[in-house]
Amino acid sequence: MTTKNLAKDIYEKPDQIPTRHGYGDALVHLGKTNKDVVVLGADLTSSLRAHLFAKEFPERFVEVGIAEQDMMNIAAGLSLVGKIPFVSTYGVFCIGRAWDQLRTTVAYANLNVKIGSGHGGISVGPDGATHQALEDVALSRVLPNLTVIVPTDYHETYKATISSTKIQGPVVVRFGREKVPVITTKNTPFKVGKADIYKKGTDVTVIACGVMVYEALIAAKMLAKKGIDLEVINCHTIKPLDMDTIIASAKKTKCVVTAEEHQQIGGLGSAVAEFLSKNYPVPMRIIGVNDRFGESGPPEDLMKEFGLTHETIIKSVQDVVKMKK
Amino acid sequence: MKQHSEKELKNIANTLRKHLIKMLEKAGSGHPGGSMSSVEIITALYFAVMKHDPENPCWEKRDRFILSKGHVCPILYAAMAESGYFPVSELMTLRKLGSRLQGHPHMCKLPGLETSSGSLGQGLSIAVGVAKGFKMDEKKNHVYCLMGDGELNEGQIWEAAMSASQFQLDNLTGIVDVNGLQIDGWTKDVKCLSPLKDKWESFGWYVIEVDGHNVKQIIDALNHAKHIHFKPTVLLCHTIKGKGVSFMEDQAGWHGKAPNEEQTKKALKELERAEV
Repeated sequence: MTTKNLAKDIYEKPDQIPTRHGYGDALVHLGKTNKDVVVLGADLTSSLRAHLFAKEFPERFVEVGIAEQDMMNIAAGLSLVGKIPFVSTYGVFCIGRAWDQLRTTVAYANLNVKIGSGHGGISVGPDGATHQALEDVALSRVLPNLTVIVPTDYHETYKATISSTKIQGPVVVRFGREKVPVITTKNTPFKVGKADIYKKGTDVTVIACGVMVYEALIAAKMLAKKGIDLEVINCHTIKPLDMDTIIASAKKTKCVVTAEEHQQIGGLGSAVAEFLSKNYPVPMRIIGVNDRFGESGPPEDLMKEFGLTHETIIKSVQDVVKMKK
Repeated sequence: MKQHSEKELKNIANTLRKHLIKMLEKAGSGHPGGSMSSVEIITALYFAVMKHDPENPCWEKRDRFILSKGHVCPILYAAMAESGYFPVSELMTLRKLGSRLQGHPHMCKLPGLETSSGSLGQGLSIAVGVAKGFKMDEKKNHVYCLMGDGELNEGQIWEAAMSASQFQLDNLTGIVDVNGLQIDGWTKDVKCLSPLKDKWESFGWYVIEVDGHNVKQIIDALNHAKHIHFKPTVLLCHTIKGKGVSFMEDQAGWHGKAPNEEQTKKALKELERAEV
């Protein structure tokens, strides 16, 4: 039932690779192909997989130490002399701690700074709430000029990182820590700002990003048996939102469920709700963390505890179907 | 660039002060105190030391001026107008809707501005990035960054201070306008910076202290800084907040307040008399 562009056997035994590996591998590729690309680290270089770039291109790697605000503005300075700097650290630090630097120096002046924002979501696991970025999409999405991408797997993170250099202006690429299913391939089409329909359907639209795209596909498979036909959209670009794809699907199915590994407040769900409420209001459910901080635990247990599963999607789908009638 | 005599530079500084007073009166708001204390610093940079071309603001070989204490942009605008970046008459649009002269500087509005600033503590890090970029490309451009002393309360300044010495950025000169005052009072009462020279030295910087209202001293120090190798230099410019207008001098209350019509007249009269 999936499109021909996705990986084979994703329901049986998908490959499992952390999305951050896509970031690290893409940086190495960029190092080889674009002499202007420089990478900045703040003492989390290997965790972000930026050590691969640092090893191969030491003259273009800038270690800033544990100083994220300094790093964000050093990146701004490097962009002012024609470099394409990649700020690399956890989301809570690059989007959270350095938000003023991101806002007033980088986004306001539309500087060509790229942000590799790691440890997104609850699946960060045992490190707990301090390191689980659950507010970063809200904090970045609210800033003018900023492009915000939440890729679904290794390949998409790779492509998003490469694509970010084609955009003149600041870009956030948000990825996670743990291994997640690889559902796309090298050849799956990817375009910043273009949401991809991974499964066509007529009854309910499910718009997801990050690892929740996989959960949405599982939900679709299970609900097909019950005669509910889901349309599953991978909305990897939160900003700018692909309004055409979203409204076309909402007009067809007349109800929408969103799913993301982020607070319900301010993320993908909010973006979709802001858009549809003005242009084509339909019954909606937003799946995400329900206004609470994360905690320590094994990633899979946390995903269940916080309701970020296909079961929650199935429940929400049934809710909106009822509301539609 | 034209070589100015010391007397000419003093008169340029005075002209900038007069522009500032008129701009702020017209705008009805703004920051006279720290602008007036920075006048000789900006004069030295724009009319004697920096390589720049008002006809070609994007000239690749220009030196870069990063204004970290963005609230004193009116004095930068005045210096840019007097240098020829834009007509002097445009100065009177400061802070008005649609003006290129935003209340805090925005680089996307006005060619010749190197950054957007207003949130304190960020400029030195930006300057570090610019200087590091020049080093990577083996370019000779020099980078200047003007900070306020109150601004040194911001921890990020000291992160940047460490980065600059770590990267041995001898193409970067920091300048601190040490006027001793911030909005809530004397800097020594708010968050004491003393011993300021020792602080910068211990962070790995070469430090020069000057009278911040003596243009010649500032120029000599800035030129001296170009000959210091493998470490960044910082000028501690000792100044008087509100310098040049008797009733504004050393008054924290004049940090962010525009003069009214009567005060403007009085200020301009004093500045006329200061002409040499």
